[in-house]
Amino acid sequence: MTEAQDLSLFIRHPAEGVAAMDLVVNGVYCGACIVAIEKGLGRQAGVRGARVNLANKRVTVEWDEGALEPPVILERLEALGYAAFPFTADAADSAERLEEKRLLRCLGVAAFGAMNVMLLSVSLWAGAENDPNAATRDLFHWLSALVALPCAAYAGMPFFDSAARSIRAGALNMDVPISLGVILALAMSMLQTVTHQHGSYFEGAVMLLMFLLAGRLLDQRMRRRTRDFAINLGAMRADRALKLGDDGEARETPIAAIRPGDLVLARPGERIAVDGAVEDGRSEVDQSLVTGETAPLTVAPGARVYAGTLNLTGALRIRVETAGSGTFLDEVNGLLAGAVEQRSSYVRLADRAARLYVPVVHVAALATFAAWLLLGAGWQPALTIAITVLIITCPCALGLAVPAVQVVAAGALFRRGLILHSGEALERLADVDCVVFDKTGTLTEPRPVLANAADIAPADLALAGRLALASRHPLARAIAEAAGARAPVAAEEFPGEGVQALDPAAPARLGSVAWIAAEREAAPVAARWPDASLIALGLPGRAVVFAVRQALRSDAAEVVAALRRGGREIEILSGDREPAVALAARELGVARYRAGLKPADKIARLRALKDAGRRTLMVGDGLNDAPALAAAHVSISPISAAHVAQAQADALFLGERLAPVADALRIAARARRLMVQNLWISAIYNVIAVPLAVLGFVTPLIAALAMSGSSVVVTLNALRARDAGRRTP
Amino acid sequence: MNVLVYLVPLALALGLLGLAAFLWALKTGQFDDLDGAGWRAISDDDLPEDRG
Repeated sequence: MTEAQDLSLFIRHPAEGVAAMDLVVNGVYCGACIVAIEKGLGRQAGVRGARVNLANKRVTVEWDEGALEPPVILERLEALGYAAFPFTADAADSAERLEEKRLLRCLGVAAFGAMNVMLLSVSLWAGAENDPNAATRDLFHWLSALVALPCAAYAGMPFFDSAARSIRAGALNMDVPISLGVILALAMSMLQTVTHQHGSYFEGAVMLLMFLLAGRLLDQRMRRRTRDFAINLGAMRADRALKLGDDGEARETPIAAIRPGDLVLARPGERIAVDGAVEDGRSEVDQSLVTGETAPLTVAPGARVYAGTLNLTGALRIRVETAGSGTFLDEVNGLLAGAVEQRSSYVRLADRAARLYVPVVHVAALATFAAWLLLGAGWQPALTIAITVLIITCPCALGLAVPAVQVVAAGALFRRGLILHSGEALERLADVDCVVFDKTGTLTEPRPVLANAADIAPADLALAGRLALASRHPLARAIAEAAGARAPVAAEEFPGEGVQALDPAAPARLGSVAWIAAEREAAPVAARWPDASLIALGLPGRAVVFAVRQALRSDAAEVVAALRRGGREIEILSGDREPAVALAARELGVARYRAGLKPADKIARLRALKDAGRRTLMVGDGLNDAPALAAAHVSISPISAAHVAQAQADALFLGERLAPVADALRIAARARRLMVQNLWISAIYNVIAVPLAVLGFVTPLIAALAMSGSSVVVTLNALRARDAGRRTP
Repeated sequence: MNVLVYLVPLALALGLLGLAAFLWALKTGQFDDLDGAGWRAISDDDLPEDRG
């Protein structure tokens, strides 16, 4: 790329005279990459320093303001062998980061408190508690209070805040019994200390906070990691356009800096980056990512083009517009708003458990108090026992039950090339009983390949491949790849028509069927491959026709078969033409398919499925799929999908294979099973511990053992979500 | 039991020291890149002959 780049949008100024930029870097995996990048950039004059973050694949570069042109940094990284993409972290991103740090700080404080209070408590349990000389016991209680109270006040803040918010909102969440339990435990222990009594729950309260913070931290870290990944993806998707300035010069500009009314240049073979109207130029545009239609569309001045479409043959100058009323984009946006609103409000497993759990706990504690009072125990012992019930039922294991499984399962999915946008998507994936696929770009590979290579003489294919190298047309690229061509033939390109070899001794042309006049040869090929685009090779006296099409992903049939074996119904909803969809459906053995659908039709079909009680997984990639992705019970997009579609999907899968979709359903089902198991383990723990507490048998030692024991069991069980089964390479 | 007079404060002081070290590490960004830290420890780019 020789165009100048405008990167001013990404540059920060951390100090006077210092400029900094954050970059997402592709391909950093190990220590060698860290050294190569940091030293390589460090050698650049003017650079103050570079810091690689291997965990989230980012580099922060600082340089002296004005000492170098920012694009030099990208070039330098390119020369080192790393593709870099600038990005800006948004406010929500840094808020997540701060929250994670805060939780980690709280966890550190709680761990310190738990350790030191436990030190004192163990001595008490070992005998000091029953020492006839009460002075030591009281001293230890006071010391425990000294450590536990400030620690709990600090480490408990995340729970107290959340509980206060939920009480104000009038809906009790899990943090209410947690906060109540911790505060009451501390208050009662204080009372015992002041009145020189046996037994304190200081260690129980602080340890409880520590376990719960660990669960909360796992949850937060998972959210932040998926978010990091989403931001990286956004940065890598080359959100740049060639903006034409008033001086007529093209500058590569980030999309965020392009305003309606700007003029943008789209070159042949590139994706159009903006929505707008063609100002001048003629071309063919591949709209498959927008409408699912695989046949290219001819555009002329005045025609409307959309971001994500592929410009095939000629350069276009486009006047940028926002979605006007009555356009396709407007229709999609309208449907999207409706679909998001109607999305069935899924209640998370943990919240459902909390809804059931919270009232039961409070009623149990209250009933215990009343019962002991009626039995004539006096109000103080009755209150003590009621508070023990609250402490023992504090949802320690419950707080870990779901997040621990989510983290482990999300890691397993990540290793298989699937990125979850939210942990809750895992739960929704688990109850899918019907899978709806889009065809173009989802079941098929995003890039076209040569379909009839077997029917073509090797010499013709080799010649076509060498000619194709001279063209920028994406279909020509497919032929060059199929032929494995290395050396281009000197040729002249006729925009919109094809290429012609320059050597008069060996005349050859490669281009559209009409240009070569190969209609006769094209007819049988078109009949055999109804969904293919045809390209002809014109030789003296004869012509060879190539069918280039988006082939099915290599494992599509296998994945569809596996999903069907799992008892799920498969359906194809496509915006493409009937013959093309029918062919794909036949190859996959899918009986139910619909072709030529508009976005509204896809939504209508999903609604019908939902009304029939089905839980649908929608897999799609196009702008036209976005509303359907939002309307489905859960949705997955390939990484090559349109931006809008990616934003709506609950998960993204990487690579050329469709296998992550099947893996996702399998691992999600397993994770769901483990979550339910974990909730049951917590329930069984309560069934055993609560009666003991109600009867007044629970001592602080038993409470501490029971709480930590159940947390450890639940965490170990969650590790089984790693899915030790079949590994896909 | 007089030994408690200095053992207990000593235990607490050691604990506080650990906590302070943890908070310091957190504040200076030691936990920002858990994957990279392991590699940095074994990289020998601080040796003089590797400069260049």
